[in-house]
Amino acid sequence: MFVFDTIVHRLKRGCETMAYPKGPAPALPDRHGGALKVDAAKCAEGCNDCVPVCPTQAITRPPGKPVALDLGRCIFCAACVEVCPQGAITQTGDHRMAVRRREDLVLGESGKEQIRLAAALDEKLRKLFGRSLRLRQVSAGGCGACEADTNVLGTIGWDLSRFGIQFVASPRHADGLLITGCVSRNMELALRKTYDAVPTPKIVIAVGACAIAGGPFVGHPQILNGASSVVPVDLFVPGCPPHPLTILDGLLRLLGRLEKI
Amino acid sequence: MMNPSLEFALLANATSILWADVPAWPAAEFVRATATELNRGARLCAWFGVPEGSGTCLVAVLAFDADNTLAVGRSAPFTGSYPSLTVTHPQAHLFEREVWEQHGLTPEGHPWLKPVRRSNGNAPANGEFFRVEGGEVHEVAVGPVHAGIIEPGHFRFQCAGEEVLHLEIALGYQHRGVEEALTSGPHRATMSQMETVAGDTTIAHATAHATVMEALAGTEAPLRAQWLRAIALELERLANHTGDMGALAGDVAFLPTSSACGKIRGDFLNLTALICGNRFGRGLVRPGGCRHDLEPARAAQLIERLKTALADTEQAVAWFWDAASVRARFENVGIVFPAQAAEIGLVGPAARACGLVRDVRYDHPAGWHRFAQAPVAVWPSGDVFARARVRSLEIQRSGEYLREQLVAPADGDMRSELAPPAPETFAVALVEGWRGEVCHVALTDAAGRFRRYKIIDPSFHNWIGMTLALRGTAISDFPICNKSFSLSYCGFDL
Repeated sequence: MFVFDTIVHRLKRGCETMAYPKGPAPALPDRHGGALKVDAAKCAEGCNDCVPVCPTQAITRPPGKPVALDLGRCIFCAACVEVCPQGAITQTGDHRMAVRRREDLVLGESGKEQIRLAAALDEKLRKLFGRSLRLRQVSAGGCGACEADTNVLGTIGWDLSRFGIQFVASPRHADGLLITGCVSRNMELALRKTYDAVPTPKIVIAVGACAIAGGPFVGHPQILNGASSVVPVDLFVPGCPPHPLTILDGLLRLLGRLEKI
Repeated sequence: MMNPSLEFALLANATSILWADVPAWPAAEFVRATATELNRGARLCAWFGVPEGSGTCLVAVLAFDADNTLAVGRSAPFTGSYPSLTVTHPQAHLFEREVWEQHGLTPEGHPWLKPVRRSNGNAPANGEFFRVEGGEVHEVAVGPVHAGIIEPGHFRFQCAGEEVLHLEIALGYQHRGVEEALTSGPHRATMSQMETVAGDTTIAHATAHATVMEALAGTEAPLRAQWLRAIALELERLANHTGDMGALAGDVAFLPTSSACGKIRGDFLNLTALICGNRFGRGLVRPGGCRHDLEPARAAQLIERLKTALADTEQAVAWFWDAASVRARFENVGIVFPAQAAEIGLVGPAARACGLVRDVRYDHPAGWHRFAQAPVAVWPSGDVFARARVRSLEIQRSGEYLREQLVAPADGDMRSELAPPAPETFAVALVEGWRGEVCHVALTDAAGRFRRYKIIDPSFHNWIGMTLALRGTAISDFPICNKSFSLSYCGFDL
């Protein structure tokens, strides 16, 4: 009976994998806010209100220059959005945030109000990885949240393996690394060894504010302020942690899997 | 001779005391006094150093669970060595290693004095590992980078064939300097650092920190905020317990529960995101209250979605308990005996699975738990089965608690202005996170800034429990033992 019951329950539930990316993306929680947009032209002369409220020092405004918000450092607390008297910093509700170049996360000046989203890998790498990408995950000073929201992509709701993307148990089996955490000094050697053990050509994906720039721990002497200090990074996915949808978007964008749909 | 007139100062959870009112003994007498209290049934919540002049004071925070009270005492500042408390009370073993590492005070007679998380260039200074000698004995080394999406740590097994004779765990890989950075704080980044001490325990750590700040300000958060914190805490428990039930099912190849729970865990995380926008509860708890409200319409939506998620969980977990093949894999595997559990100071579900009735929400209620409590879930057998059973019971009870509390909100504000922290004051906050007791202790200086801030994640108490559970167990059972404890690396490494 037991086996029969289990099968019946399973049939009743049906397919629980989301339609995205063929169908619409699931909605972000309304209080999430999504990516930020910074229109520095709106800033009042000499206004610095957003700078001191940012917990990760992601916002700077050197004298005489427009305000600059580094979304790589941002933990999306929206304290700056609340405090800005001019409405220069706004939430877009957009889950898409992954970029290929670190500087594409710096928002503010004219023409750079929003994130410059990631381009796909070049033709050669796309041919290699586009339909089959094996990643080794390294947590290096991560708090477990980026790890958890990466892990969730493997569950039935997201079913990452339908895109040919899988996490593997050895760097020798991998095409690249997915790194989380601010890269503690105590993980430097292990991260370097893992990277060296991945056969070339290989790619590196940095997930979360910590892996991009140190996150809430930026500047601590015990950390190296992100993955770029140890290995070259090919994709940056901002957030604290990034929503699973943001991570998935980044992976598919990198593989050039979004424009085909 | 011990001064008979001196006694530990008593205080309740989430309150403060003047540093000057914390009694001070000479070091050796302080260790004896602490041992006396531990013999009387106290439990060591915290043991750490506070630099003073050219020396260091040892500080002990004890919990008398049956009396619902905490006790605090300290030594006069000293340098050099002191008689180890670990010799008679093993629950102090890691605390003494930590004090030795941080302040150079040597516990004379400590059986296994080695680094906890100190750096040796680009890796932790692990020190020598315990080794078993013999022709049939072999050693298995695992990590720091593990085979899944999981945090780093190094495991060293001493095995005879399949049987594990001894396991030693070396951590420190995740050390981010959390405590060091709190000196002279709170700083701009402090709140977000508290939310990421252990990312899956954001609400518990954030609540402990906020409570410490409120105790130092001589006030508490508005009731409505305390209500919302209690709700967020149970959602956090539900998400993690459900996820781990799924993972346990996965480790014994019982896929229906594994698949279902993986998804339902996300449903619970999404309920936290409904409250504050972040699936882990970041940006919700702040000193003085909460940053978001749970308005009636939002609460109604939460109740509706919670109902579905709880029903799904109940079904998925029932499949699992109904299967004899699952029960047989969990019974008598990875046993920690009740006497061992008490001796090493286990906390949380791991302790309750050894029959110890030990739950901060019940023993040391603060915040909303003074008004509304759930029954403590206990199971006596100390094995993987018991730990899974306790967590399964806690899923039911957290669900019940939420159903009751969500319809009975407190009115009023969500946030109040907080006075600056009082100078030279000592505050303690305990919160029952999903893994167990989260303890934050703060001591302020003359200007009201942090002179010392100590964080004890439940994993700090419990990792040793996992090593004991592995003794005599087949090494192939390591995954289910590990998952049944499900401990934090970063919460330990700080």
